[in-house]
This record gives sequence, structure tokens and C-alpha cells, in this order.
Amino acid sequence: MAREMTGAEMVIKALVDQGVTDIFGYPGGAVLPIYDELCQQEDLTHVLVRHEQGAVHAAEGYARSTGKVGVVLVTSGPGATNAVTGLTDALMDSIPIVCITGQVPTHLIGNDAFQECDTVGITRPCTKHNYLVKDVEDLGRVLHEAFYVASNGRPGPVVVDIPKDVQFATGTYAATPQVRHKTYRPKIKGDQPAIREAVEALASAKKPIIYSGGGIINSGPSASRLLRDLVRITGYPITSTLMGLGAYPASGDNWMGMLGMHGTYEANMAMHDCDVMLCIGARFDDRITGRLDAFAPHAKKIHVDIDASSINKNVHVDIPIIGDCAHVLEDMVRIWKARSAQPDKKALEAWWAQIAEWRKKDSLGYEKNDDIIMPQYAIERLYELTKDRDVYISTEVGQHQMWAAQHFHFQEPNRWMTSGGLGTMGYGLPAAVGIQKAHPDALVIDIAGEASVLMTMQEMSTAVQYRLPIKIFILNNEYMGMVRQWQQLLHGNRISQSYMESLPDFVKLAEAYGAVGFRVDKPGDLDDAIKEMIEVDQPVIFDCRVHKLANCYPMIPSGKAHNEMLLGDGVEAEEVSDAGKVLV
Amino acid sequence: MKPEISESHTISVLVDNEPGVLARVIGLFSGRGYNIDSLTVTETEHEAHLSRITVVTAGTPMVIEQIKAQLERLVPVHSVMDLTVSGPSIERELALIKVEGKGEKRVEALRLADAFRARVIDATTESFVFEVTGRTNKIDQFISLMKPLGLSEVARTGVAAISRGVGGLSSDS
Repeated sequence: MAREMTGAEMVIKALVDQGVTDIFGYPGGAVLPIYDELCQQEDLTHVLVRHEQGAVHAAEGYARSTGKVGVVLVTSGPGATNAVTGLTDALMDSIPIVCITGQVPTHLIGNDAFQECDTVGITRPCTKHNYLVKDVEDLGRVLHEAFYVASNGRPGPVVVDIPKDVQFATGTYAATPQVRHKTYRPKIKGDQPAIREAVEALASAKKPIIYSGGGIINSGPSASRLLRDLVRITGYPITSTLMGLGAYPASGDNWMGMLGMHGTYEANMAMHDCDVMLCIGARFDDRITGRLDAFAPHAKKIHVDIDASSINKNVHVDIPIIGDCAHVLEDMVRIWKARSAQPDKKALEAWWAQIAEWRKKDSLGYEKNDDIIMPQYAIERLYELTKDRDVYISTEVGQHQMWAAQHFHFQEPNRWMTSGGLGTMGYGLPAAVGIQKAHPDALVIDIAGEASVLMTMQEMSTAVQYRLPIKIFILNNEYMGMVRQWQQLLHGNRISQSYMESLPDFVKLAEAYGAVGFRVDKPGDLDDAIKEMIEVDQPVIFDCRVHKLANCYPMIPSGKAHNEMLLGDGVEAEEVSDAGKVLV
Repeated sequence: MKPEISESHTISVLVDNEPGVLARVIGLFSGRGYNIDSLTVTETEHEAHLSRITVVTAGTPMVIEQIKAQLERLVPVHSVMDLTVSGPSIERELALIKVEGKGEKRVEALRLADAFRARVIDATTESFVFEVTGRTNKIDQFISLMKPLGLSEVARTGVAAISRGVGGLSSDS
């Protein structure tokens, strides 16, 4: 039903009509009319962050743990520019976000007005789409369209920039939550002949592998269920990208662990030697493929992706299928069940035997230590002591992130929130805020590094304000560990600027924020401290002092192939070529 | 890896004529490191607010496929057509070419203009402006011939292209 209202009212109305209940934001001059409406209603809850980057990461955590669109509200100029890192993060990881930014009034646009920036210009390359709404009559439609674009096809962030005069202006609001877009209509159903061809290829494989990614998570819970069905009926081994952990349970029989730069030996060797590869909801990222010309050289490659531009971008594939993971998986499972021919049992047994051989390397193994906490051990204990709870994990970026991916075993989708594509240090803490907001009774843990977490530490204040009992579990080694690891491996062990001097006392810091601090530096004390941390119904910073020089293995050094992994410090690395060093 | 050869493609893109749409297309090319050899944009369907962008680009077949897929996923893009592979097509460019000089060179310039079916659209005692249309290489050739004859300024439109025969780029796809 259409009715007259101000632009600011329309923003609230459209959000409510979209089913939004929580938004993350920070007020400022150019969004005051919207904030004024916000405090006169009760349908929307606003979480006041301490920095706009935190607002976007919190919305990302919210979106990823619920499957809903995350909503952000920030002001013009610095409000918008501070949001850019979060928006880019959401674009790289395909997270649905609608970010509403205030703008100076239309007659001042282009005048270098106070807190003016070219928001649509700046955010064009870091959003899926963006809008500058100059006429209040367009506002309702644009807001609904923004939700449609953010959540349909490959999800991503959408910015709606609203000048202040448009927020004050009165216009007609048409409630149209369902959009039939005139141009943007992503393909959902996969091409049937291609799917049949893919199933045939899979069925005739002697060394098959299923490699799944974040697309499964984005596609929704049914995609994870169907993926599990497919793995069960085929009996094929499965690995996943960092983004896709939890889609197939880590306790599942066919699970090989994560693949890629810090993936398991067995997963990477199987990727290298396979003869048929089903890549579903993943994008052959450079962290996955290693050296491209040596990537799965003998494999017939099937690629399922909702985004046509992901196909044949890095790796040429033999059977491309454009469509939504759940829809394509449903077809695959149906076609597989309907066919009579069975896969080559003997070959499959030999393949599993080979995988078992590789597994014997125990590539995630590490040297136990009774005096110093090994970071891997800390994650293992954290997993063991929380696995029976309703637990959600976020991370920052670096060694701790990879150790978490390797040693925390995810059984369900939407439980693992990490910055994969952009690799944003400082992601985990605000993401945890968003996750806890969406799941008030769950145990939300940010597995952090001491360097990363300081980038967005101010959001502790948000957690305290809203009584969000997030647990910041810091693997503190006083280094930017991953930077140091690369310097050791690739830059002649010259440790340049990666040592963190003058770190704060994290226990006192927690207390200063009104949270609770823990410090543990003996392996024997770890379990009790973790149990105690879980019981605290307040935000916690847990300073877990770990081995300072532990490195993250296994590792495919840059410019190397899957079968050229380093398994540990002891193994002499072949010199990395100059071409390899150039890679990040 | 197989060495892949760079090839030139002419791509037509039908877009909503809205602010920023050209920036999206250009930003995509610069942000992802694709080439733009020629770019032509103007509104072609006023009622429907549609503009047609003709872009001549070069890249390996994999890059060309990427360019098309990347263009297609832009929200205001209606349809994308690779005229180089979709069947026979026609390409034309228009150039305005100023030549300054006196005496013999002036006469020679006029004679060559005639051979290229270039029209004189402005003349003074010391200059001509020629208008010439045709394929890009024809215009390139005409310009190179004018160089020794007093070429002083060139304005070119870039390539406009359309498929031959029935059917073509439409907004409903």
C-alpha cells in the first residue's frame, strides 16, 4: 500500500518490511533524520559500534551466522570511508550487506562540503552495486532493490547513499519487498545436459575429489544437506576451502580436511593426483591452486558456480555449470540415484588406500610441549571443551586463523566466520559482536591474534554496552606470526617490523572496558581457564600466551604446486623462485 | 600452459542510461586490467533510457570470456554481445581531421580526400577540416597520409558497431 512519508521514515519502513530486526551503525550529521526516526520506533534494534568498519564486520558476522542480509547505517564522508574495508571484505567473501550512508544535501554535492565524499564513486569497486538516491520518490524502490541485489545471485554488499534533504523530503512509499528486477536476474537452475555430463564424469572417475567452498554456505542449509547426500551416495573424498568449512562435517567419514596453502597433505595431494574434480561453490582462488600450471594436471574439472565470471577465470574447466549450489546438487543427487551403472569400486578402494597413505604423514601434527602452550594445542583444547555447546567461531587473520581452521572441527554450516578473500585483520572481534547479537544464548568465540585484534579492539566497548558475552581468545605470541613466518621462509629470516612491542596488558585492558580478563601461560592451566571463561556471562579477553616462534604448517609456499608442500620447520625448503616471491 | 594469443573483439553492451553506468564499465576494465582500444557511448533508445556502449578490447580468449561475464553481472547491464564472434557485423568510425598548408600540399590533400571519400566540412585559405567515415584501419591510413601534408588535429568518435541481418542486441535478455 502506498502512502506519504518522509525519506527517513521510508528507510525505517523499508527495513521493517524486509524483515530486518537488527542494524549496526554510527550516527553523524548526514544521517540525523534517520536516527531521529530510529529512536521513535521499536521494530528495529540498533547496535552502536565504535568505528564504522566495526559496523560492517558486525553486520557480516550477523549475516553469515543467520543467512539474512546484514544492515549498516553510517554517516557521510568519514562514516562512509571507514566502512570501505568492511564493504570490500563483504564483496570478496560474498556476504549480503545493505549499507545505508548519509550524504550531504543534493545542492551541496560536488561542493567539497563538510563531511562530503563521493561515496558512490569510492564504493563502486568495493560493492556489488550502489545507488545515490536524489529523489525521495525513488527511495522505497531503491531500498527494496538493494536487498534484492545484495541477497540474490552471488551475494554481496550494496550501498544506498541518501542525501540529507532526501531524508527530510516527503514522498510516496510503495511497499514492494518483492522485486522483479528489470536486468539483474541471476541463473539459479543449472543446465541439465551439463549436469548429466558432470554426473557421468563423476561416475566414471577412478580418483575423484569433491572440493566445496563458501558458495555452499551462501546457498543455505539445504545445500549443505545435499552436499552431504552426494558425498554419502558416491562415497567420494571431500575437501573444502577456508570459506566452506562446516558444509560437510569435519567428523564425516569422507572428510580430508581443508585444502590449499595451509590445507592438509592428503587434501592437497588428492587434489593434485585426482582424475575428476567437482568444484562446487568455490572459485579456484590462488590460496587453493598454488602454482597454476601444476594444478591438478590430470583432472577433468567440473565447476558449479552461480557467478559466470568465476568460471574459467583462473583455471580452465571442462564442464562449467552456472547455477545455485543447492539446485545443482539436487539435480546431481537425483541423476546419480537414477543411473544404474556403479562407479569403479576397485579403483575407488585403491584411491582411498592412497589417501590413507598420505594421511599417515599426519600433516597437522606438531611437537607437544609440557611447559609452553603450543598454539595448535590451545585450539584443540578450545574445541574439545566447547564442541558440545552451541558455538560460533570468528577469527582475525594470520597464523591463529589457519590453526583454527585446521584444529577446530566444524560440523555445521554458518558456524565459522572468517575473513577469507580480503584477509582483514581486525575482522573477528566486531564479527563476534554481530554473531552474538543474532544468537544471544550461543557461545561466540573470536579466535584472535594479539596483532589483529588491536586493530578493532574498540568494539569491546560495544560488546560491553549491549552485554554481548563474546569471548576473545587471543593466541598471543607477540609477533605478527604469519608475517614473521613469511620473512623466515622467503626473506632470509630478516624479521622486519613484525615484532609487537609494547603490547597492552590484555587483562587490564579487558577490565578497563568493563569486561573480564584471563591470562594463561602454562599448558596445565589451560583447561580450567577455558572452562571458567565459558561460564563467564560477560565479554572476555583471554590472553593465551603461546609458543612465540611456532609456525603454521603444512604450507604450500607461494609459487609452488600442491605436491611441493612444506610439512614443518625441520624440512629443508627448496629455494623459492623470484617469481614465487612476487606472489602474496 | 598453452601460450594464448591476444585477439581483438568488439563488444556491444546495452545499459540503463543512469548516472555512473559508464564509470562502472570503465572501472571494471581498469580495475581488472583489461584493455580498452576504443569506447563509444551514447543513448540509443530515449524512451527506454537505454544507452549502447561499444567497446573494442583485446585479450586472450580466456580474458575475453571474463570481460563478457564481468560485464553481464553489472546490475544496470541489459545485455552483452560479442560482435566479433556472433556472426557478421559492421563497424564504422567517424573522424574529423584538420590539415593546414598551402600550395601543392593542399591540392594533394584534397585529391587524397576524394579517394577516401572524405568530405570537406570546413575550409579556409590555409586549412581544411575533412570528415571521413569507415573502418578504423581506413581512418588510420587516411591520417597517416595526411601527416606529411600538414595534419594538425584529429577528433575521432571511436567505433560504432552492429550485427548484419535480422536480430541483434535487445533489452529483454
